[in-house]
Amino acid sequence: MFTLNFDVEKCLCCETQSCLTRCQYLDIDRDSAQEEILKIARGEDSFVLHNCVTCYACEEYCPMGNHPFFLIVEQQEALNLLPVPRPLIKRAVNLGVPFRGKPEIAEVNGPVLNMAAFSELVGLIQGRLFKGLTVISTDGRKMFHYFCQLMYLHYAKSSVIKERLPGIIDTINRHKPTEVICFHDECYGTYTSYCSAVGIDVPFKPVHFYDFLYRRLTELKDAIRPVNLKVAYQRPCSSRLSPDKHHFVRDIFELVGVECVEREYVDENALCCAGAIQGQRREGSRRRAAEIQRKNIEDIKKAGAQTCIFNCPACYQTLGTMLAREGIKPMHMSDLCRLAIGEKPTGRR
Amino acid sequence: MSLAAFKYADLIHRCFRCGYCKFPDNWTDVNNCPPYARFRMESYSCGGRLWLTRAWLNDQIDWTEHLAEILYSCTTCKNCVIKCPLRFNVDIVNMIVAARGEMVEAGKVPLAVKRFLENVELYGNPYGESKAKRGQWAEGTGIEQYHRQEYLYYVGCAGSYDARAQEAARALAMVMMKAGISFGILGSEETCDGNEVHQLGEMGLFEMLAGNNTSTFNDLGIQKIITFSPHAYNAMKNSYNQYGRNFQVFHYTQLLCGLAEAGKINTSKGFHARVTFHDPCFLGRWNDEYEAPRSVLNAIKGIELIEMNKNREGALCCGGGGGNFQIDLLGGSESSPARRRVREAYETGADILVVACPKCLVMLNEAVESEGMKEKLVVMDISEVMVKACAL
Amino acid sequence: MDPIYQALVDIAGEEYVSNRPEELYIYSFDLGTAEPCRPHYVISTRTTEHIQNIVRLANKENIPVVPLGGGLSLAGLAVPLKGGILLDLKRMDSIIEVNEKARYAVLECGVSQGQLTAYLERHHPHLTHSEPGAPPSATIVGNAVIHGQGDLAQPYGFNSDLVNGLEVVLPTGEVCHFGSVAIGAGWFTNHPLPDMGLFLGWCGATGIITKVSIRLFPAKKIRGVGTFVVEDEELIPEIIYKLTHTQMAEDIIAFSRAIPPFASGLQHVTVNIAADSDKELEFKQEIIWDDTLGEYIRKGDGGYLGFVRSLERPQISKTSDYKKGGGFEYVGSIMPIDRYPECYRKGREISERHGIPYTVTGRCIGAGHNMMFAWTYAFNRADPATIEQAREALHETDDLVLELGGVIWKPGTYGQKLLLERLDPGTRELMRKVKKLLDPNGIMNPGNWEVD
Repeated sequence: MFTLNFDVEKCLCCETQSCLTRCQYLDIDRDSAQEEILKIARGEDSFVLHNCVTCYACEEYCPMGNHPFFLIVEQQEALNLLPVPRPLIKRAVNLGVPFRGKPEIAEVNGPVLNMAAFSELVGLIQGRLFKGLTVISTDGRKMFHYFCQLMYLHYAKSSVIKERLPGIIDTINRHKPTEVICFHDECYGTYTSYCSAVGIDVPFKPVHFYDFLYRRLTELKDAIRPVNLKVAYQRPCSSRLSPDKHHFVRDIFELVGVECVEREYVDENALCCAGAIQGQRREGSRRRAAEIQRKNIEDIKKAGAQTCIFNCPACYQTLGTMLAREGIKPMHMSDLCRLAIGEKPTGRR
Repeated sequence: MSLAAFKYADLIHRCFRCGYCKFPDNWTDVNNCPPYARFRMESYSCGGRLWLTRAWLNDQIDWTEHLAEILYSCTTCKNCVIKCPLRFNVDIVNMIVAARGEMVEAGKVPLAVKRFLENVELYGNPYGESKAKRGQWAEGTGIEQYHRQEYLYYVGCAGSYDARAQEAARALAMVMMKAGISFGILGSEETCDGNEVHQLGEMGLFEMLAGNNTSTFNDLGIQKIITFSPHAYNAMKNSYNQYGRNFQVFHYTQLLCGLAEAGKINTSKGFHARVTFHDPCFLGRWNDEYEAPRSVLNAIKGIELIEMNKNREGALCCGGGGGNFQIDLLGGSESSPARRRVREAYETGADILVVACPKCLVMLNEAVESEGMKEKLVVMDISEVMVKACAL
Repeated sequence: MDPIYQALVDIAGEEYVSNRPEELYIYSFDLGTAEPCRPHYVISTRTTEHIQNIVRLANKENIPVVPLGGGLSLAGLAVPLKGGILLDLKRMDSIIEVNEKARYAVLECGVSQGQLTAYLERHHPHLTHSEPGAPPSATIVGNAVIHGQGDLAQPYGFNSDLVNGLEVVLPTGEVCHFGSVAIGAGWFTNHPLPDMGLFLGWCGATGIITKVSIRLFPAKKIRGVGTFVVEDEELIPEIIYKLTHTQMAEDIIAFSRAIPPFASGLQHVTVNIAADSDKELEFKQEIIWDDTLGEYIRKGDGGYLGFVRSLERPQISKTSDYKKGGGFEYVGSIMPIDRYPECYRKGREISERHGIPYTVTGRCIGAGHNMMFAWTYAFNRADPATIEQAREALHETDDLVLELGGVIWKPGTYGQKLLLERLDPGTRELMRKVKKLLDPNGIMNPGNWEVD
């Protein structure tokens, strides 16, 4: 039904094969990389399909915009090389099934903030930054009607995404939004990068959460007092789908007066939280995930961060307590922005 | 009476009587529901109360004075709302209040409740004291009548008529005058805020009080109100909106919080004391304000603030809410919540039990006397501590 | 004035005695599907002497006595089936002693699970007790009396196995002690003196326990829970066997439920792990997830969901709200672990046939010696039809337990009858003699465990 817009010619022309040569989890030279990506394109087995940790980074690395990660996931599914044990896949697929009735749809005819599958965090959305903004998906019982499904990329279930996503888009669209501000980075990536890659129509205008926050902070500039913290940023995997919005992280940091510490694992070299890695089938995945987390946290500590800023609630859940144990306070980006305008952050309940 | 007509007919059966509601947030004991702590019979626990209410509404049991006392023994402290793990928890106290409303409609309330409501209706206060005497607590203090100052200082019934509470009301006025706060009082023109009337289920009377108060405040051009009592704070902040509320309302600890920081008040004399703080329900659990009183105390040189084991969300209610300050269904025993609470305060090793509510002040003060602890523990309002610290 | 009422008032004081309709109504109920039965009186006691005087009175007047702890058996075990005096024991809630070196706590019978957990965390953070999944208002004694199990069941066994001593009021009013305390040697051991087995498992039919000495265990600095998921229920017995072999785990529970959808048709296995350091934790995790369960992961048959470094204690249960109805009851059984797959399949089938979303749980006891397997049925208290459905499902499940070769745990009257019918005649006769000896007038919780 929806076909991935992948052009093998682009890989053949590519000089760098950055998708694989820059991968933080593979050790591969340019020629082997081209060989493997072409195997994958042809529907053949490749060690890449077995070893991919599903961090999304190659979507950003690819200079051709050829969606190597989306391709890897589709081929994993086609060849039944599922990266995660079957029970976890079944569990994840069923997790997204709404079972507590349908949401009430009120037509907004204005901008909305979509909490998607994170209704439980609606407490973060308060104060002047969000004044007058309609928030949708605020009821935890109905939130899977708004769930962007892209999580299933970690489970090699593109088929589930393609099957469910049009219905999700329709639900959001029935609110008649003029623009949809995506609380979670991954939703934004879905409605821009993924939908465009597979040909799913998106009738509303997606807005990146940080784009919105930056805009609002600028409007409330007079209220900003420098926060004066040393911060690190946990870049979520889905941020790789919208690298053009990643600059907002530093833009916001500058505006609110925090010092972004110098780190090794930052921007294109960022480490994923490893939440999706620990349960993978590949031998040693649990330890691999722990090692990635250790490296990440050591890096943040060494750089002298007092606070680590998050977008993704899954990253927050995975790394938050570990960071707190090291004396580094985890904080959502929206809470940082609220702090900057003199409000009391919500924190995590 | 028909269960089907009850506003919460689809919720009231959902209580499992698991008993979480008896505990504080840190699970220390099963004495955090004030009526259950007092009587230790399941009929007085929150779950028991809900089951009995449902049985009465459903004609399975008849109304009796005892049933009414069980229903009215709830102080609406919201410990149950905080502790209940199920999704209908937000409506637990609403269900109790609605059930009380049914009893009020049926004219079947305990005598003490009837008197309370009549007094408020006739005299504007539950004491049955003359309206004309309401402002007498301020005589000789130099406190001005309200005429367009920045703040209305709303004193409330306890602060106006109870001798012990009046002392604290005056103390607060002294602190505010010293800080140069522009405020006035309504004196004999003030009338009951209605918070307890609402909690007792007399909605008609509450509407009248809220409506009249709001009109009065609007007519006088009042923009900001400082309340002495958290009960008034709660009513005005949360229940007056639908009556055209145009003003901002603060509990006085929220105001005092900023005063020392802004240098508007000099607490440099300090007050050297080991104190513990009792969270009032209508400031804490009802309005999520736990820090303002603590900030005030911590800003005073010499204060050593020791927390009770049950504090903030887990505080044991003094037993004065839900009208019980007057109706007094929970007194008369060492198991009464107020007496339990002063014992808890004493255990911290503090010399002073600090409060931020006139009802808590009076309830806990009387409990100290009943416990024979007068020489060992003093109960003071934060305003009185401030007077000491400012050498007023 | 009713002379029995007056006599009870003379014992405990007027405030703690009631024959008023409100108390009689509330105390007539179990929280499950059992039909309510009203007592004639309710009394809340504070001392052992109170209880002695009550049972003497009850014997004299031939009135039943029904002791009540937390009231959370969900099997109607404290419903006054023949009326009488309902004895609310929860005011007897003093923690008398915690002995750190010998690791035990001496408690009155009304001490709740939550209270003990909080007390130990505050005053003795190196010690913990085996806390059951019941709400924290359940009492320690009540749980031992019904042979309950807690989160240290693997490796330490039933909570009744963790008892060092008892103080008991006999139905005839005498006080007895069992364990080392009986010879004035403190409360540190139940053996080698004659057994206390006459009072555990009898559900108040042979006497009233007023004090217990319960064993405590090391509380390590890090306590958390890891989760493993399989689809094939046939794998569960071998997984539990392998996990118990490691001797690295604490509580091991396997469960499956229809709601929420992510749990349906899958078996989740939660494994509690405790450690005093990251090194110890990682060592145990490596043995459990990598070495022992790694083969399932590699084959794709089982998945590791992660380890959460905290335990929810007390545990919060929302089962009663499944049907938005404030009610549930479960059949608990003690089962050989290798019956797990059939317990799951047949239990699921019974649930589905009665239109109840299925919920099944198996908790490992000891070193895989057996498990507590429970089938839970939610109902809507406002809808009698759902209560009836739940009751039918429960009775069918009681039958199933015996069919599968298990023993019904803390049965209500229906299950008691099934067990008594199957009981060894010699054992039955002994039980009858014991009951007759201890409770000649049959005043103690009549209607329960009546062997005649």
